[in-house]
Amino acid sequence: MTSTTAISPLHVGHIRSQIPILSREIKGKPLVYLDNAATTQKPQCVVDALCHYYLQANANVHRGIHTLSEEATHAMEQSRHFLADYLGALPEEIIFTKGTTEAINLVASSLAKGKWFRPGGQILLSYLEHHANIVPWQMVAEQHGLEIKVIPVTDQGELDLAACRALISPNTQMVALGHTSNALGTVNPVREIVAWAREVGALSLVDGAQAMGHTRVNMTQLGADFFAFSAHKAFGPTGVGVLYGRANLLDRMPPYQGGGEMITEVRFEKTTYNTLPFKFEAGTPHISGNIVAAEAVKWFTAHAPEAVAQHEQQLLQRATHRLEAIDGLRIIGQAKHKAPVVSFVVEGVHHHDLAIMLDIEGIAVRTGHHCTQPLMERFGITGTTRASFSLYNTLDEVDFFADMLKRAINKLR
Amino acid sequence: MTIPEVQEEIVQEFAMFDDWAQKYEYLIECGKHLGNIDPRYKSQEFLVRGCQSQVWLYASYIDGKVNYQVDSDAIIVKGLAALVMRVYNHRSPDEILDHPPTFIEKIGMQAHLSPTRSNGLLSMVKHVQSFALAFKTKYSQP
Repeated sequence: MTSTTAISPLHVGHIRSQIPILSREIKGKPLVYLDNAATTQKPQCVVDALCHYYLQANANVHRGIHTLSEEATHAMEQSRHFLADYLGALPEEIIFTKGTTEAINLVASSLAKGKWFRPGGQILLSYLEHHANIVPWQMVAEQHGLEIKVIPVTDQGELDLAACRALISPNTQMVALGHTSNALGTVNPVREIVAWAREVGALSLVDGAQAMGHTRVNMTQLGADFFAFSAHKAFGPTGVGVLYGRANLLDRMPPYQGGGEMITEVRFEKTTYNTLPFKFEAGTPHISGNIVAAEAVKWFTAHAPEAVAQHEQQLLQRATHRLEAIDGLRIIGQAKHKAPVVSFVVEGVHHHDLAIMLDIEGIAVRTGHHCTQPLMERFGITGTTRASFSLYNTLDEVDFFADMLKRAINKLR
Repeated sequence: MTIPEVQEEIVQEFAMFDDWAQKYEYLIECGKHLGNIDPRYKSQEFLVRGCQSQVWLYASYIDGKVNYQVDSDAIIVKGLAALVMRVYNHRSPDEILDHPPTFIEKIGMQAHLSPTRSNGLLSMVKHVQSFALAFKTKYSQP
């Protein structure tokens, strides 16, 4: 070891070689995949693990006495233990869901059903939220006479912390906040805000959908009561999500859905519910996905977090620098702490046209409101073009994207 | 020229292009040359349902022909709309209704007609036909 503190760079070429889809072509051009905030691509080991499950280990979990069922159950519970360790939680605090959206709906519905919310109480959200962290709360607010309050954002796309502080009051019952904005990339100071919520006795939920593919999040450090993420945005399969909830809360919350797995005894007179985490996992789960979710996290954690962060910030800086030089282009979201996401509008050019022109060069970006209509309205726009990067993207791809974007704008104007 | 002839002419034009970039550059030119809709019709009333991009369509009926005006906030969609206009504008309702826009698939642009594209083009094509049907129904009454 030398005495310098330099971080050894990420071996991006090696990482790319593990992700087969990155070598395919789109309309005759090499794929440049910059839609990672929508979903990440999958490493071979994740795909292999899915195949292995169906080829060699498929059986329904729990209560099965035969060997296959025992193996499948063991593998799924091993994955739960692994994810619990990774998040700094207990295995019974890890609920498998079909995604972040379902996890948030579970919390909102179950708390409401359990009469946790007092009529007239407030739920605090922010302008940065994805619709998945708005609509479930609106639904319970409507049903239970609650008020939705919204933390404003600054022109830079950061939460207005002074306003946030002022909005948190003894009347606040839940603070539900995204860790990282999918539309702008803003990384929020969630630990601070969660602590403010705790001071007034409010519950807190952190939507971690955009965090898990970039960074590690520890529940003890975060301090939130609930945390949710989707495996597919962190190199895992679609249809799998994780809800973390404090055991003492989950224990007191009523089940979200009824069915098999979630009961200890069913009688027509009265049914008794299973213990955690099974109480919240009605029906046959997404067994293969739940098993492989851990595989994806293992793959991600094989790369040093400092190296991932350094590489992703290089991608972000290069993209920001190159795009700022384009005439008439305005980056929406210039927060100090950002995930590698660049969202922008171009004067006189529709984002839909840009996406088409980039697609014919093999570049995948996303356009539109990104399921954040209140945020778009806040900035007075109908949508943006968004390039979102992952650890497997290269600086050459960023340059190619910027060159092709510039060319497309010139043609479209 | 008849509607089938115009459709064939467009297909021939696109056959000359070597790649996607050329096709889209041509569509962009078509969009730029289309001209804008009368501002009176660029309203909610004449907005064709889209999502990512919007399309406005106005139609009037003069001397047995349907006259359309169309616009879009996205230039490629507007270019495609310009081609649809070349085929259907100033035609009788019967001609319009008898000839579906087969050229769109033949020039490789069928992806833009997919409902998931939400670009308003599919709705626009349907509206072109609905206007024709409405005029036909209204003016064929005894």
